[in-house]
Amino acid sequence: MPVEKLTDQLKGGLDAPICLTWELTYGCNLACIHCLSSSGRRDPRELSTAEARAVIDELHDMQVFYVNIGGGEPTIRPDFYELIDYSVERGVGVKFSTNGSTITAARAARLAGSDYVDVQISIDGADEATNDAVRGRGSYAAARRAMDHLAAAGFGPFKISVVMTRQNIPQLDRFQELADGYGAQLRLTRLRPSGRGADTWAQLHPTQEQQVQLYRWLVDRPGVLTGDSFFHLSALGEPLPGLNLCGAGRVVCLIDPVGDVYACPFVLHPEFKAGSVRDPGGFTVLWRESELFTDLRRPTSAGACASCGSYDACQGGCMAAKFFTGLPLDGPDPECVMGHGEALLAGVPAGSAPAPGPGHSVPVTLSSRRR
Amino acid sequence: MTSEPFDPATRWELDPKVALRPEPFGALAYHYGTRRLTFLRSKLLADVVAGLGGYDSAGAAIEDRVPAPSRPAYERALASLARSEFIRAC
Repeated sequence: MPVEKLTDQLKGGLDAPICLTWELTYGCNLACIHCLSSSGRRDPRELSTAEARAVIDELHDMQVFYVNIGGGEPTIRPDFYELIDYSVERGVGVKFSTNGSTITAARAARLAGSDYVDVQISIDGADEATNDAVRGRGSYAAARRAMDHLAAAGFGPFKISVVMTRQNIPQLDRFQELADGYGAQLRLTRLRPSGRGADTWAQLHPTQEQQVQLYRWLVDRPGVLTGDSFFHLSALGEPLPGLNLCGAGRVVCLIDPVGDVYACPFVLHPEFKAGSVRDPGGFTVLWRESELFTDLRRPTSAGACASCGSYDACQGGCMAAKFFTGLPLDGPDPECVMGHGEALLAGVPAGSAPAPGPGHSVPVTLSSRRR
Repeated sequence: MTSEPFDPATRWELDPKVALRPEPFGALAYHYGTRRLTFLRSKLLADVVAGLGGYDSAGAAIEDRVPAPSRPAYERALASLARSEFIRAC
């Protein structure tokens, strides 16, 4: 059996990503104040249906098992269902995130008929007031309607996806009850200071006490999905389930709506752009040979964290969180549970953190086709 | 659904809903039914798992491919894959 640790091997990169996020459109009918991709209006350069199908062909050839589709609101692309059908047909399973607005009873029934499609409905509060303060008026009701439709259609265990904030951490048990009531799976992810989140992170991100509370809650509930989001909390004790490493460019990457490829869904910024699926060689060559990804797969130094006994547990935390708060990448996470990040943040001059990447912050309006 | 206890004296095969993807460390295995992902941490283990269905028993597959000192570890690896339903009795 091999001697090298699995995490060390994974840091060196894989022939294809394990977890690939594909944002199909920047168009969205909501304007969540923490949106990672600053979504709103569609980009005229969005990949065409034919180009998107060619990407799926590549994913099939690379044996990518499944793709996480998001946006924006991916379902507003007129070819959305065509693309997910094509993906499943080519053996690439689909998990897609939606705010639920377009999941009617008929759509839910159609989705329930598909074996390899997982649906994640996003809410960020266990009640309307908490949720709508982040996701906008009417968004809680729309998400609950979508959940009702999926449950009524017998979809099975869909996922309820929540970004953890200072305002909703007190509602952890209520989220679990909501999921249990639907026979759904709860998925909690970490708030990042990315996209519009850069402007709201300071008000929304959990306090140190809440981080400890969240960690303990998660340790007691290994069945709750986290997308390996909270590995920075593993410095608090036993590691949380998952790989516990930054997967950016190593096992994870992002394809954005115009085909640009970034190291992870949380670093939409020119510095972390590997290229475009429209480049010669396509996604495959970018994943395997791009300068950026090759660089991210080199062994990294613990930097300022080298003297901390918890580095092996937390791996210095999230690259994107450091980058967009203006912290050095080879140092502590801004939410370092030992408090090292907080101390450093205090010394970051106002306005010196990098500005988020491509912004599309004007929401589209969902209109009925009456005319 | 519960998995069958692993008995190396019986016949096993890769679950038809599982895909194996070769990787430098061995292989990644993904179960399209349970949506679980697992790491097969040597090329030899990946070969044993992929070829399992061609033998009369899992034990025979191990004996044929794995050097004697490593066999108990491979048997444990297969038992774990049986528990997580990546391989099934046939």
